[in-house]
Parts: sequence; C-alpha cells; structure tokens
Amino acid sequence: MKPQSSADLHIVSSSPHAHSGASVSRIMADVLIALVPAFAAACWFFGWDAIRLTAACVTACLASEWLCRKAMRRDNTLSDLSAVVTGVLLAFNLPPALPTWMAVAGSVVAIAIAKQTFGGLGYNPFNPALIGRAFLLISCTGPMTTWSASAWRGADALTTATPLGLVKEALKAGQPLPFTLTQDMTWNFFIGNMNGCIGEVSAAAILLGVAYLLFRRVITWHVPVAYLGTAVLYAVILRFTSANAMPVSFHLFTGGLMLGACFMATDMVTTPITRSGLLLFGVGCGLLTMVFRTVVNGAYPEGVSFAILIMNAFTPLINRATKRQPFGAKSP
Amino acid sequence: MNQWMFSILWIGGIGAVCGTALAFAARYLSVEEDPRIEQVTNELPGANCGGCGFAGCADYARALVTTSAATSLCPICNSAVIARIAAIFGRTAEAVERKVARIQCGGSDAEALRRFAYNGIADCAAAAATGGGDKACAYGCLGYGSCARVCPVGAIAISSGLASVNPATCIGCGKCVPVCPRGLIMLVPAAARIHVLCSSKDKGPVVKKVCGVGCIGCTLCVKLSDGAIAMDGFLAKVDYSKPLTNDALVDKCPGHCIQTIG
Amino acid sequence: MKPIRAPYCFSGGIHPVYSKDLTRSAPIQTLPCPPQLVIALSQHLGAPAVAIVKAGDSVSGGQRLADPAGVISAPIHAPTSGKILRIEPAPTPLGRPVPAIILEPDGHDTWDSPLTPMPDWSRLDRKSLAGQVGAAGVVGMGGAGFPTQVKLSPPADKPIDTLIINGAECEPYLTGDHRLMLERAEALWQGAAIIRYILGAKTVHIAIEDNKPDAIQALESARTLEDAAVCILKTSYPQGSEKQQIYSVTGRVVRTGGLPMDVGCVVENVGTTLAVWDAVVNGRPLVSRTITVSGDAVAAPANFLALIGTPFAALVDACGGARGRIAKIISGGPMMGFAQASLDVAMSKTSSGLLLLSASRVPGFTSQPCIACGRCLDACPMGLMPAELSQCIEADDIDAAEHLFVMDCFECGSCAFVCPAHRPLVQHMRRAKAIILARRRAAIKK
Repeated sequence: MKPQSSADLHIVSSSPHAHSGASVSRIMADVLIALVPAFAAACWFFGWDAIRLTAACVTACLASEWLCRKAMRRDNTLSDLSAVVTGVLLAFNLPPALPTWMAVAGSVVAIAIAKQTFGGLGYNPFNPALIGRAFLLISCTGPMTTWSASAWRGADALTTATPLGLVKEALKAGQPLPFTLTQDMTWNFFIGNMNGCIGEVSAAAILLGVAYLLFRRVITWHVPVAYLGTAVLYAVILRFTSANAMPVSFHLFTGGLMLGACFMATDMVTTPITRSGLLLFGVGCGLLTMVFRTVVNGAYPEGVSFAILIMNAFTPLINRATKRQPFGAKSP
Repeated sequence: MNQWMFSILWIGGIGAVCGTALAFAARYLSVEEDPRIEQVTNELPGANCGGCGFAGCADYARALVTTSAATSLCPICNSAVIARIAAIFGRTAEAVERKVARIQCGGSDAEALRRFAYNGIADCAAAAATGGGDKACAYGCLGYGSCARVCPVGAIAISSGLASVNPATCIGCGKCVPVCPRGLIMLVPAAARIHVLCSSKDKGPVVKKVCGVGCIGCTLCVKLSDGAIAMDGFLAKVDYSKPLTNDALVDKCPGHCIQTIG
Repeated sequence: MKPIRAPYCFSGGIHPVYSKDLTRSAPIQTLPCPPQLVIALSQHLGAPAVAIVKAGDSVSGGQRLADPAGVISAPIHAPTSGKILRIEPAPTPLGRPVPAIILEPDGHDTWDSPLTPMPDWSRLDRKSLAGQVGAAGVVGMGGAGFPTQVKLSPPADKPIDTLIINGAECEPYLTGDHRLMLERAEALWQGAAIIRYILGAKTVHIAIEDNKPDAIQALESARTLEDAAVCILKTSYPQGSEKQQIYSVTGRVVRTGGLPMDVGCVVENVGTTLAVWDAVVNGRPLVSRTITVSGDAVAAPANFLALIGTPFAALVDACGGARGRIAKIISGGPMMGFAQASLDVAMSKTSSGLLLLSASRVPGFTSQPCIACGRCLDACPMGLMPAELSQCIEADDIDAAEHLFVMDCFECGSCAFVCPAHRPLVQHMRRAKAIILARRRAAIKK
C-alpha cells in the first residue's frame, strides 16, 4: 500500500467545532500579570531578596515539574505555566531573609509532592504553594519566622517582627501593645511599608492585581469578597466585644490575608466549582483565619495558610452540598 | 532503676492484656469456615482477574465449596492445578484447553488506510462512534488502546495503530473481548499457531482499496487447508477444532492476511 | 400585535463569533440540478423509510420513492424526474453508510406529485391537513428531523395554546433561515397560520434573535394574522433550542424528560413551516431545502436552495470551490454539526449548512484534566455541571453521571466551547448517554 500522509486527511471530531480561545496557559499568564504589582512592591521594599526568592522558587518549581513528568513518563506540562504561578505564589509567601536552599526545598515539596504525586494540575486536592509554605513553616520554623532588619525600610518601631507577631507577643506577655495605630501607620500597612512575607505586605498592589483578574474574568468576586468580608465582620464584632481588639484595617492589611484571599484562596483546582460553594469556602476561610489569629494562642501569629488548606479539604464536600438542579428538574 | 521497671511493667501489662483479648477473640468470636475454602484459594493463582466470572479467587473458592460451580472455570490454571482442586472435592477434573485472546486484524497504519484524522477521546468505542470510526475499513482495529487498558496482565500492545496480544503473557481471562467496539477479539486455543488476521466482510476489491493485509476472499486457503479454513461470505475463517499445520499458507495467501503467531 | 421583546432569557449560554456576515446578504440562489442525486432512506428521526422503487425504474419529480416504516417515520419523494440507477449503501453526514437511492436526473424535471393542493385549507378538517403534511414527507428541518405530522398530532390530553416558529438560527455561519424570513415572509406567516390551525392553538410567535433587525422588519411588514407577533430574543447561543426558546418566549419550563406539548407549546423551524405551507397550499412534497455554504475555506460563501440528495461537492463547486487547504468539513453549524471525512456525502432534509474551515479555525480537543474553573457551569443552558460529569464519565462511573442528569444534556456544545483545557466534553456526554440508553434497552428486553 502507498504510505498515507495524514496531511491529506480532514479532521473529524465530536462537536462543537468552535472554541472561545480560552486556554489554561492564558489563565495562568493573566494571574502572573496580576501578580506584577505585588512583585514590584516586593522588589521595592525588599530589594534583591525578592528577586532571589522568586527566581529560585520559579526555577525550582519548573525543574521539579519537568523531572517529575519525565519520571512518571507523562507528557510535559511546563507550557501551561501553572508551575510558574506556583513558584511565584510560594515565593510571595516567604520571608525575605529565607535561605535560597529552603525556598528550593519548599518548591520541590510543592510541585513533586503536593501536585505531581496526585497526577498533576487538576488532580491536586491542596494548594501546592501553601503546602510548600506549610512544609517550610513546620520544618524550618526559625528561618520562616525571622524577619531581617536589613531589608527594612521604614518605621523604627517595627524592625524585627511583623506587626501581627508583635501584637501576639504583647498579648501573650500581658503587656500593652508596642505601638498605637496612627493614620500614618495604617497608610504604611496599606502600601506595604512593613515587615512580612515578600508578596503579602502591599495590600495596594494586591488590590490592583485582583482588579485585573476580575476584569479579565479569571476569577469571580465570590471568594475574595466572602473571605475578606467575613474577616472584616469578625474584626468589627471583636472591636465591640474585646478590649484588646486591633482595628479592622490592621487585620485587613497586615499578615497574609489580602494575598491569601485574592490569590491563594482563588486557585481554581482546589476550591469549589459552584458559586454558592465558593461563598461558603470564603466564609470558612475567613472564620478560620480570624480564629487562628485572635483565639488560638498557639505558635503562629498567622493563620491564612492553614485556614485555606483546611478549607481545601472541605472542597469536595462543599461541591456535593451545593450541587445544582438542572433546568426543568422535578423538585427533589 | 524504678523507671525501667515501671516501663517494663506497663508495656508488658498492655501486651498481656492485648494478647489475652486476641486469644479470647480467636476462640470465642471466630467464624466457622469450611477449611476447603482456604485449601482451594491456595491452589488458585491469586491473579483476581475475574476470568472465572466471580469476584476474585477467594470468591471463586467459596463458590466451589458452597455451590456446584465447575472446577475448570479458571482460565489461568493448567490441567495439573485443576486436577488438584478437583481432588479436594473428591472429583476428577475435566481436561482443559488453554485459551488466549487474538485480535483478528492485521491492519496497522503501515498497511491500512485511515479515512480522516480523528481528534477526541483516545477510546475505541468513542472513536468508533465519531464519524463511523477513522479506519477506512469499516471492520478494522482502531488502535486507541481500550483493550490494552483493560488487560490485567498487560498482554496487549498497541503498535502503529494496531493492537496485538502477546500469547505468552495472555492468561485468557477474556476481559478484552467485550471492550472492542468492532468485536475483533476472540479467545482461541493457545496451541493454535496459524490465523486469518482479518474480520472484513467486504468484497475483495473493496478490501484491497483500504488495506494491504485484508482477506480478499480468493478461497485459496480453503483449498490448501484440508477443511480447517472455511469461507463465511467473503471472509476466510479458521475452524480451531480442526488441525492446521500448513505454514506455507502464510506465503501463499495473496491478501497477506494469514499469519503465524506463537 | 407589534413586535415584542421576549420577556425572559434562559440562564447560561455563550456568545460565539457568528461570522454570519459572510452570507447574511446573499440571496438564496437555486442550485442547478447535479448529475446525480444520492437520496438516503434515513433522513429523519425514527425508522428508515422502505424503498418502493427499484433499480432501472423511471420516476417523475415528486413521485414517492419510499414509504414510512412505522409511526415515527416519513416518506421520501423524488426531487426531480430521472432514472433510478441503484439502491445501495451510501455515506451520510452522520458517518457510516445507510441504504440510499441513486437517482440520475433526466434534465426534464417533469413533475407528478401524489398530493393535491389544498388552497382552501382553513375549511378542511385538521386531521387530513396533518395527513397531507405527513404524506409530503415533511420533517423537522432545524436539524433533528422529527416527522412533523407526529408533532402536529399531539394527544388530546395535551392541548396546545402557543405555537412558536423558531427563527433564532443561533448557530454561527448559518443564514438560510434568515434569508427565508427576509425573502418569504408572507408564505412563512401563511405556513404559521396553517400549523396553528392544525394544532388548534391560539397564539403564534415568530421567535427571532435581535441580531437580525432586517428580518424582524420584513416579518413585521408582512404580518396580517391576528394573535400573532414577532418575538425578539436576546442573541445568545443556544436560543434556538426548543426548551430554552419556550422559556424565553413564554416563561414556561419544560420538565426533565418532558416535551414542549406538556406546557402547551409546539416549536417549528422556519424551514419546516415553509415546507408545511408548500405541502398544503401547493401540494408539493419536501424535496429541496435552503442550505448555507460558508467558512473561510470556501471561495464564495452563499445560500442555496438545493435538491435533497445533492452531493456536498456540487455545492462547493457552485461556490467557486475550496480556498486553501480544507482542515474540517462540517454538515450543519459549528456548534452541533457533524464533521465529515470527505465531500463525497449528499445533503439530506436536515442539512442546514455546509462549512469548510481552514486549520486556523479548527480548535483541537486535548486530553488535559479539568482545572475546575467552573466556566462550563456558567455556560450550560440546562444548568448541568459538565466538569463533574466529564470527570465521572472519564472514570467510567456512568451511574454517577446518570444521577448528575447527563440525560438532560442536548449536546449544544456550550461547555466545550468555553473549556480552557479543551476537553471533549460533548463526546463524554454522548458516550455516557449511549451506555445508559443501551442499559435501558437491555433492561426492557429482560
């Protein structure tokens, strides 16, 4: 038989034969663009550390994914850019003075264990970047909670700890708060002039980013609004019920709440798929975060990562609970 | 010293309690089971392939003991094993002929034409339902691997768009047979070596247009096979109950569809 | 009544690039008779028709060639006069060959229809009118091919009060119905009146999307009926789907597994309505239809009135041939149409379009996993959850898919259109539905 060239054949597939042009890589690219303001803020406040950590995490994530896919004998998925996004988000959740090798270790855990062992993008039940951060928090607690003064560019009072850390220490020791919140200080918190993880400090930059994501319809408003709204409501109630309560703006702008609510809790794979499910998810995250911050007197001043990871575990349950009835369904 | 004694006594005490509880349970909470079930389960190969029609080897063993299931249902067992199983029940075993799966198509992409470029789920039933299947021959193997995926021992390989069974690895469980949307897979005696690797019911000229190794219905093999091959319409079919040893058929077949395997 | 805006719109849906500019201004041209017509015996939902002619017979145009086989079936008539060459399996737009009558036209186009014109239809009894429609072989020309006589004969316990003429034509590229509404508005209203009379309905709406303002104008100018109105729908795919359209126009919801007649409605396509008019007023059986030939791989896209059985290749030639390399041939629209292996297929009563697309316009499906973005949930007009459905079906959990209402899916393709992972969602649904139907049939047999 004459060998057949497949170029002569017409393509036959199931319908539909038209497509909107959306793709996973385009979605990931939009997320990366939305993270540019936060990256710029990180470079501004933390200088070389921000670049070092981001580059290390992204490279380590890409390399881990490539190696894992090769070892599993599956197709190469680097082009969908999801490993890049995981690397950037993990880096943004790390303190500026963290040694590079730890950032790399966290990246490897995030990709190889939290993502590829489950089968890759779409199969992971937990947010890979947050698993990487949780791994580092537990294994390298010291470096993960050390805030170097050298990268600090701001008010004298906050040199070696994050604002949340300072408040926690003061409350534990029964001492008065080490500072009073002034208008100036709130503004500093809003633009990121404080110590913290490199990507989480600037609420302003994150808001710019989430506005871009909403405009491009990459995410919907449900999770950020539910998460932040619940946290704000909790903080407001606290103000009326507790003597030690910090102002609402303090809770909103310090710590990883903005970054978590806008970029980590909006990860599509690990969050519910229905709109009402997303609202439930956001509310749950907000509650847990605030409980970890204000009620639990544990080792960590910050609860966003664990709150989101715990809610990730509930995603399948939330999906099942918010299953929708089709058009014209007989009433159940 | 006190600390050591304390630990030893505590751990030892817990161990003693647990051991007593286990002994109690083993004696008073045990379930009576016919010992033959375990005997038969040990004889069976333990592949849990489902070829016997039961849910695994233990289930088949239970069925053998509690119902009157036949002793020869396991496709992997050879005659010696079946004889031993039958002996447990005091019966004599029926002789079994080992069977393996055969995919009755030889149309790889080097030989058989495709009529369009298929884009979709890599599943043979789905491909067959899309546009009638992308092989130009309406009866040919589509090669998307549904049979290979279902095989519990990995005996089926897909090469150049054609599935083929490795008779040495195949255990004859028959799981692949219902999966093929074109019905190409048959269980044939393992000892049989000569096969007509074509299932096309089309006339010769039609077959030649779409495949270089299809049966063209010339009936030459019928004449040379001493009755072991008969025509079913335009397709030659081997009758495996009759002896067939004429290897020359492979070269003589003008359609190049007769092959020896194994 | 003046044109009204549809009071509702179904939730979900998509907004594809319509590309209707290629042919929306092209008047319908009558395609000359090709040298050979291939008339499939299965051009409708239900049992294939049974040929009553044999090879060698000479037939006249309009002569009955095949009888219906059963209640859900339709007869087939000769599109023109000529000789029956052969009756043999021929490929159809759906894939594998079905028996077909190969007719060689003799060029004289002598006509001898078995039907008598009924210009005085409003005085005749409804059952005989419905019988005329059935005898003319009229089937749903929107694509489903359901025998129209059956649709026009609902059981007595399902009274019909609203007739909706489906002029939405929501598929991209297709403009045949649009041109029909522009060029044959009067006949269309007449056909609507006839169908309304047969059903005993009260109101008739011609539902049309708001992206066809000229057709809305033409229909309004030609309207002379009482209790009839043009109903303008929001442009959204799939506005042309029965259940969605009924909801948009009337707000009534057809229940799962139900039919439009359960809520007192009947929906008929524009082409079908004109075929009914032709059958009743002119005594002409269904032997031709409008078809849009379009796409970026066609030299001169156009709308044709062509005979049933015209090979696709003849249609493409009449458009100046192909332009560049054809990557995909589609019979129908791009959302629900069928891709073809070649142009050696003949058009049937339900062929609304022929599209030739180049590689740049052909997205491919991949085997990427679902990223749970939820866009398919937003797009599904039936409110299903395609993401979860496709994951169940991929894992061969067909029971879970059935509990997730996969049988309600009408394969509109909105989900796969928006999927960023380019998953073959509709193919998954089709696979599950086929397995469930096979199981139900096997259960009935037992």
